[in-house]
Amino acid sequence: MSQSTQILLALFVPLIGGVLLTIAGRWPNIRETITLTTAGILMLLVWSFLPALLAGERPEAHLTTLMPGLSIAFKIEPLGMLFACLASLLWIVNSVYSIGYMRGNHEKHQTRFYACFTIALSAAIGIAFAENLFTLFVFYEVLTLSTYPLVAHKGDPQTIQQARVYMGILLATSIGLLLPAIIFTYSVAGTLSFTPGGILEGHLAGPALGLLLLMFVLGVGKAAVMPVHRWLPAAMVAPTPVSALLHAVAVVKAGVFTVTKLILYIFGPDYVFSQAGTDWLIPAACFTIVAASVVALRQTSLKRMLAYSTVAQLSYVVMAAALLAPISQVGAALHILAHGVGKITLFFAAGAIYVASKKTELGQLNGIGRRMPITMVAFTIGALSMIGIPPTAGAISKWGILGGALDTHNMLVILTLLASTLLNCAYFLPVVFRAFLLPENVAPKKDHGEAPWPMVLALSTTALFTLAFFFFNGIPIALEMQIYRGAP
Amino acid sequence: MTPTSNLVVTALGLLNYWVYIFLLCVGLYAVLVKGNYVKRMIGLGIFQSAVFLLYISMDKVDGGTGPIFQGEPVAGQIFSNPLPQVLILTAIVVGIAVTALGLALAIRIKEEYGSIEEADTQRMDREA
Amino acid sequence: MTLSSHFAILVVVVPLVMAPLVAVLPSRSGTPWLVATLTAFVSFLLAIGVTQQVMAQGVLLYELGNWPVPFGIGLVIGPFAALLLLVITGASLGALLWGRASMNQEVGEEHQSLLYACWLLATAGLVGITITGDAFNVFVFMEISALASYVLVSAGPSRQALTATFKYLVTGTIGATFYLIGVGYLYMMTGTLNMADMADRLSQVSDTAPVLMASGFIVLGLALKAALFPMHAWMPNAYRYAPTIVTVFLAACSTKVALFVLIRFDFLILQPNLGDHALLFTTILMPLCIVAFLVGSTVAVFERDLKRMLAYSSVAQIGYILLGASLVSSAGTTAAILHMFNHAIIKAALFMAVGAMVLRYGSSRISDIAGAGKSMPWTMAAFCVAGLSLIGVPLTAGFMSKWFLIQAMLEIEGIGYLVVFLILVSSLLAVVYIWKVIEVAYFQEPASMPQGEPPRLISEAPMPMLLMIWLLAIANIWFGIDPSLPLGLAGMEVQQLLGASR
Repeated sequence: MSQSTQILLALFVPLIGGVLLTIAGRWPNIRETITLTTAGILMLLVWSFLPALLAGERPEAHLTTLMPGLSIAFKIEPLGMLFACLASLLWIVNSVYSIGYMRGNHEKHQTRFYACFTIALSAAIGIAFAENLFTLFVFYEVLTLSTYPLVAHKGDPQTIQQARVYMGILLATSIGLLLPAIIFTYSVAGTLSFTPGGILEGHLAGPALGLLLLMFVLGVGKAAVMPVHRWLPAAMVAPTPVSALLHAVAVVKAGVFTVTKLILYIFGPDYVFSQAGTDWLIPAACFTIVAASVVALRQTSLKRMLAYSTVAQLSYVVMAAALLAPISQVGAALHILAHGVGKITLFFAAGAIYVASKKTELGQLNGIGRRMPITMVAFTIGALSMIGIPPTAGAISKWGILGGALDTHNMLVILTLLASTLLNCAYFLPVVFRAFLLPENVAPKKDHGEAPWPMVLALSTTALFTLAFFFFNGIPIALEMQIYRGAP
Repeated sequence: MTPTSNLVVTALGLLNYWVYIFLLCVGLYAVLVKGNYVKRMIGLGIFQSAVFLLYISMDKVDGGTGPIFQGEPVAGQIFSNPLPQVLILTAIVVGIAVTALGLALAIRIKEEYGSIEEADTQRMDREA
Repeated sequence: MTLSSHFAILVVVVPLVMAPLVAVLPSRSGTPWLVATLTAFVSFLLAIGVTQQVMAQGVLLYELGNWPVPFGIGLVIGPFAALLLLVITGASLGALLWGRASMNQEVGEEHQSLLYACWLLATAGLVGITITGDAFNVFVFMEISALASYVLVSAGPSRQALTATFKYLVTGTIGATFYLIGVGYLYMMTGTLNMADMADRLSQVSDTAPVLMASGFIVLGLALKAALFPMHAWMPNAYRYAPTIVTVFLAACSTKVALFVLIRFDFLILQPNLGDHALLFTTILMPLCIVAFLVGSTVAVFERDLKRMLAYSSVAQIGYILLGASLVSSAGTTAAILHMFNHAIIKAALFMAVGAMVLRYGSSRISDIAGAGKSMPWTMAAFCVAGLSLIGVPLTAGFMSKWFLIQAMLEIEGIGYLVVFLILVSSLLAVVYIWKVIEVAYFQEPASMPQGEPPRLISEAPMPMLLMIWLLAIANIWFGIDPSLPLGLAGMEVQQLLGASR
């Protein structure tokens, strides 16, 4: 089939799967099979673009034109390819995990759960493959709306309250800051298409450009730059599969992906940072990293700690994208991948602990490594990846970012990297220590071992990915090099 | 004629318009301020009559007679402008319909609430 | 002399003539509804025919009784009028198709023949306002539609409908009479009632006191009719206590028609001839519009009744429409015309969904519809779609309007940015009040019954209602993706309106 048909299929296959599984709602096994099949087909569709991308092709597709200059169109470029590959691969793993979690916990509304996932994934692919800012915005909003039922899944008053915070911040930033920024860009530049080197040069300069950058960065609330980060800890009321795929992979990655794409293809990295008024971005990202890490240190709930860790890790990407060194931009893209596989492992482990023992607080985790060795080994691998210790994925990306900081002699970034690495150690390593080396202090309600096997399978798989990425990272690096070598 | 008496004559000549303004204000006052539904309808009626007066005043031509043919038209005969009078007939009919509807509503309000004072009906709605 | 050349007059004559026929039909048989619906359908077809003619010719002119125009009454149908015709006849037909069960429940079968007769009169009146080219004729049709609307609103189930109608009657009559005074002054100075002729002759007598007074009275009178803040006080209660089928119809088109007259009158007659008028129009109206959408949205957040909440939301939306027009730019006017169309389909969909819930739950309080997400899933889903359109989520009609409005505002330096910010603030307020309803419907348990009574069984809305609700919900998405119909007509109109005034 033609490339453009394949792109559109990649968008619609999850939606079709969603409709089918809603119809099959009463037969859980059929429903779960549909989910897994849909995820599998999506992964095939997305990954089969890799050869073309590596050869330098940029497949395109056009859906509709609303007005001259405003269209819904798609064009795959390296960064988007990486994001789409990550999302589609991890959806399969996450679906396996979800089956174990939802059945293990006897959750309600499972059909709604799986159906919303299909919409969210379709939106993520739409964001990844968007050819212009308008298309990206459309799918960005769809992603926000489709994840609301997932965040509010439990339905109790406290969850609703947190879901309100989630929607409130995401919609406020997207409608209040992102949308006017987009309209302003359109009226100034006449187009919204992603173009290497940016579209704003010659149209906007000086402090106005810096202000626009501010509106964009804060407007993309999903990138969780402080102070618009509060939605992420609030979203932790969701069931863990939601936190794992969406808030470690799809939603948050969509955020930093958008910011990176904006810098690379709307603003133009060389242009934007040569103007006055844009040098606040790196300090803001550094502040977020350090502040979020400090807050993570003080958390008592495992998932909230992971949430704040995510906030910090996201700003690594923002910070790296803003450094004008090629190697750090490669590092930024790699970190999208590395953090994705690492964090999903951590969340999988947290969910496994919850399903097996109903424990959510850090203080309860003493000695759990003896009951759930596989889970905690996976957790350790994920933690090492966050810290950046070889042989994990995080090591590769962090070295890239550090290399770029050294290249540009950016002391602030170097110090931030050092400080945050230490802070990461400070909040991750005690968990590992407790789990393996301390005796059990809180007896579980009933005797338990590992979580249900689908969950263990999933978290082992992602832990392996985290390790494998250290060794097999040729393709992502090759794709990323295409960007800064000037290929569109 | 002295400037003062000129002014007075002009003012008196515009008497129609002064009356129109007066009626306009009285009618509006009654509608806005009074709390009794029937009094407000009366005010509305006064308000509308003011407009009728305006239209009719504007169509009187100096030395013109009523715009009705009486036998053969005579050369040089001046008629007042019939168009505004026709407009006002329409407006009067509309005014009748509005008054009828308003009073019917007032009667129904009396049936439902037992009072035609706005203060009473608002109080009863609040307590309900 | 084919039938199609008379479409212009038939659009108003057909409902007008059928009204007394409907009035004599027996109420209990269901035939009044049937005949009224068929008539509305014929009018809608005629409106489509008229629109096609307008798209081909640009402007449709029709002389009544073949009297040449400055002496007789002429009909002038431009692209804007054609769009509004579609809205009016479409809303009339749509509400009728939707509302049979609702009318039966809220009003009872007793006086339906008279009510449906008034319905047709209201339609004829609104259509007449839109198509006529004579200033006084506008007043006549305005009062026809107003009187019919008063009767329709007063038929509401609770006694508060009576006091609400009284307030509506008084305010509406004052507005219409102000308009009449204004037209009177203009006639005094120009000697003609035909709007095109008036525009020509006004240049010779512009800036005289009566003309300036006239412009003030006309704008004020039409603003009263259009429920522009602060003259909106009649609207929330009128919409709240009227039968829901009437609210669907009125919310979609009655205030829009007044805005239409205001915009056309102002752009064609007043602005080209009165020197400062454009500036005054902007300086006085823009702050009022801004206050309108801020206050309207804020009050809607605190409202506990669904119908009144949507009514205050309409106050805000009218602010948006007039804000676009007050910019006196082609981008602004396009945005205003587009939003008139889009708001009609958004509000109609919302009120239809709410009306279905009122039918089943017997109440329009937000707290009473708890659990509607489960008992009436399709209705609530449509409410969500229309709600997202109201907020302005991309791929919906509401988003298109917001986009154009913001684009038009960004053309103005300085204060334009502030207004854009305020528009977005009120969009976020819309998120709050729509989300309140969504939370109550999906996440709260249905109200519990007193001890010993069986739980209430709430079923989904009846099929005719559901079909209409979903038709409109899909229309919201359709026009969010392909706005070519309203946008094309708006573009044609802007060329005529602003081209004429240059």
